Amino acid sequence: MMMGRATLMEVLSLGRPVAGARPWPRVVLDDRAWRALVGHMAVADWVLLAEWGGPDEVHVALRDEETGEIAIATRASADRRFFALGPVRPGAIRLERAIRDLWGLAPEGLEDQRPWLDHGHWPVHHPLGAASPPQPARPYRFLAAEGEGLHQVPVGPVHAGIIEPGHFRFHVQGETVVRLEARLGYVHKGISAAMAGQTPAGAARVAGRVSGDSTVAYALAFAHAVEAASDCSPPPRAVWLRAVLAEIERIANHVFDIGAICNDAGFPLALSEASLLREMLLRANESLFGHRLAMDRVIPGGLACDIDEAGAALLAATLTRFGKRFQRLVALYRDTPSLLDRTIGAGVVAGALVYRFGAGGFVGRAASRGVDARKVPGYPPYDQLDFVIPVRAEGDVDARIEIRIAEIRISLDLLARLLAGLPSGPVAAAVPRAAGEGLGVVEGFRGKILVWVRLAEDGTVAQCHPHDPSWFQWPLLEAAIEGNILADFPLCNKSFNCSYSGVDL
Amino acid sequence: MTASVLWQIAQIVLVALLAPLVTGWVRRMKARLNGRKGAPAIQPYRDLYRLLQKEAVVAEGTSWVYRAAPYVTVAVSWLAAAIVPTVTTDLALAPAADLVALVALLGLARFWTALAGLDAGTAFGGIGASREMLIAGLAEPAMLMVTFSVSLLAGTTALPRIVPFVLAGGIGLSVSAGLALAALVMVAVAENGRLPIDNPATHLELTMVHEAMVLDYSGRHLAAMEMAGHLRLTLYIALIICLFLPWGMAVPGAGAAALALAMAAFLIKMFGLATALALFETATAKMRVFRYADFLGGALLLGLLATVFQYVSRAL
Repeated sequence: MMMGRATLMEVLSLGRPVAGARPWPRVVLDDRAWRALVGHMAVADWVLLAEWGGPDEVHVALRDEETGEIAIATRASADRRFFALGPVRPGAIRLERAIRDLWGLAPEGLEDQRPWLDHGHWPVHHPLGAASPPQPARPYRFLAAEGEGLHQVPVGPVHAGIIEPGHFRFHVQGETVVRLEARLGYVHKGISAAMAGQTPAGAARVAGRVSGDSTVAYALAFAHAVEAASDCSPPPRAVWLRAVLAEIERIANHVFDIGAICNDAGFPLALSEASLLREMLLRANESLFGHRLAMDRVIPGGLACDIDEAGAALLAATLTRFGKRFQRLVALYRDTPSLLDRTIGAGVVAGALVYRFGAGGFVGRAASRGVDARKVPGYPPYDQLDFVIPVRAEGDVDARIEIRIAEIRISLDLLARLLAGLPSGPVAAAVPRAAGEGLGVVEGFRGKILVWVRLAEDGTVAQCHPHDPSWFQWPLLEAAIEGNILADFPLCNKSFNCSYSGVDL
Repeated sequence: MTASVLWQIAQIVLVALLAPLVTGWVRRMKARLNGRKGAPAIQPYRDLYRLLQKEAVVAEGTSWVYRAAPYVTVAVSWLAAAIVPTVTTDLALAPAADLVALVALLGLARFWTALAGLDAGTAFGGIGASREMLIAGLAEPAMLMVTFSVSLLAGTTALPRIVPFVLAGGIGLSVSAGLALAALVMVAVAENGRLPIDNPATHLELTMVHEAMVLDYSGRHLAAMEMAGHLRLTLYIALIICLFLPWGMAVPGAGAAALALAMAAFLIKMFGLATALALFETATAKMRVFRYADFLGGALLLGLLATVFQYVSRAL
């Protein structure tokens, strides 16, 4: 076999394609072919999109960067073990630890034997696999750092502010951070089990709550997956209006992030301004779509809301006012030297690491990796709209803020065009009850959100797995803070703003 | 003599009553400047009352130092605040009101707070204590430089004697005094844990300095620590007024009208400077921990220049 020359599809031709997997193929591999796949991954330019388990199988979604092909490879694992991807794709390590915790499938060759999501407090062990009585919690051993004068600083999971729970273990020398390791899983809520057996409409409500700040993006990714699985296409008006909701969500989150980062640098004035800006959008959402975050508005088959001419005009006017006021926030940020002194050069992520972990979103784009699911693989209506993806090379906190600023401007421009070109017609189509499998990929404000769904014969959800972009961003935060000072961690953390809920499942 | 005892008692009560209001005023002003309504300026009184009603939980494994530190800190801060002349210099404790003694009292309060931070044995207490000592090591020399330059100008380190000297126009428009004022303001910002050195409003435990040391306190202990913070802010503003803006202050033998005027002048200056602090804090972000040395080194330099200019101008 010629290592490194084969394309993803050539390697997957060794397996058995599954019928009814849309829009991208899924191929079942035996142990030998799976090992060959992992071997190719070590040298090939294939991006790991997601990895998740099933009762007795492991799935990995990959994209061949050379050919642009996307495919899911499945290792049917009757012996409840599989050859791990972790050693060749470090981003897969935590995913595989989660697979072991949830489904009880053992990743062979994965050095890290510690649990990830299971802290020993669940009523069952391996809840999604062969459930067994709980095992007593064992002390969690954090990765060590040795040297003179090093000491540990444990932070969380309960914090002094009202934020999501996560534990951060710092090894510091004086103020300098030598190593940071995060421990998450405190908001595990059993998303996969909650979705199984539900109708697509019911499961969409769960999908919209995987990570509340990205509710539109998650619901959209789930809708894409269900629509692919059941071969249903939403009406054009729904497609365009969904993009309107998604862009509003992106802007609202980005602008609030900018304010929150500045607040963490001790500059609350920017947060006040950003909060007012975000509030403009949330109120527009409330009045036009009936929910401040537009939760449960995107449903499989289309939308649960519509706007009339007056509503579209009102929204356009709000966005114009927003754009003008946003300029003031940008000026406030760029014209405050004491603030720039904190953000420039802080928390640098190397471009090489971003590629290694396949991190997307503003974390990737601020460090040279210009990927955006709206472009690649792309989905309507963005294929009909021309827009650029901002990219910076610095990889520091300032670059992540500047990427957000650029994205807000692009989204405002997109929204103006979306609202001007809204097609007429219905906003929802009936979802046929049919078995099938679907994969939805959507660009949320943090990056690419991927939802895989398998529908049973009666059209209910047999299995669903949402993959949050933060899976590949959390490890980079640990790298970004290395060598920085302890007091700069909140600033770096906020500039990443990774989701806890999204990865805790 | 009896008048000075009465005035001293009045001053002790005045600073204690006024201190929470000054902090509350700064917070209120900052909230307004940030476009928020903010809590009323009297909120710190309510907070203190609430904390005093609460049970004090003491961390396991702490020694008597931890329990004694709040009282020592608040007592020392109160004493320090009570000897800085505010309305009149006719105070019974005037002989003790010496700049060097003041620096020592503040150092004592800080020492106890840092000890308490270390005693709890938590990582945050240690971080806070270490940062506080870093700041102290940089701020105290600057503060002493200010003391030297002022005492060189006035020929004394006793506050009740500096005031009449300044009032009599002894300093006038002096470069030295201006530099010393700038240095003192910078030291005051650092010592009170205000922006850009420390953010008193933060909820981020990793960025805290002063708050990190008192993170484990609750109930009456926390009330004492907070009161010490209020007193320190009032003290520094009073000190700036006393050294550089004493106009209106009553001297021994002043009549009732002069005293009333002095009181009004003091309150106006106090809240005016508190507003200026709020404005300054709103316009700046917190600086990196390792920049403290630049900031306080600048204060030390200004203090040093003030002293040097004093000699240069004398030689001329």
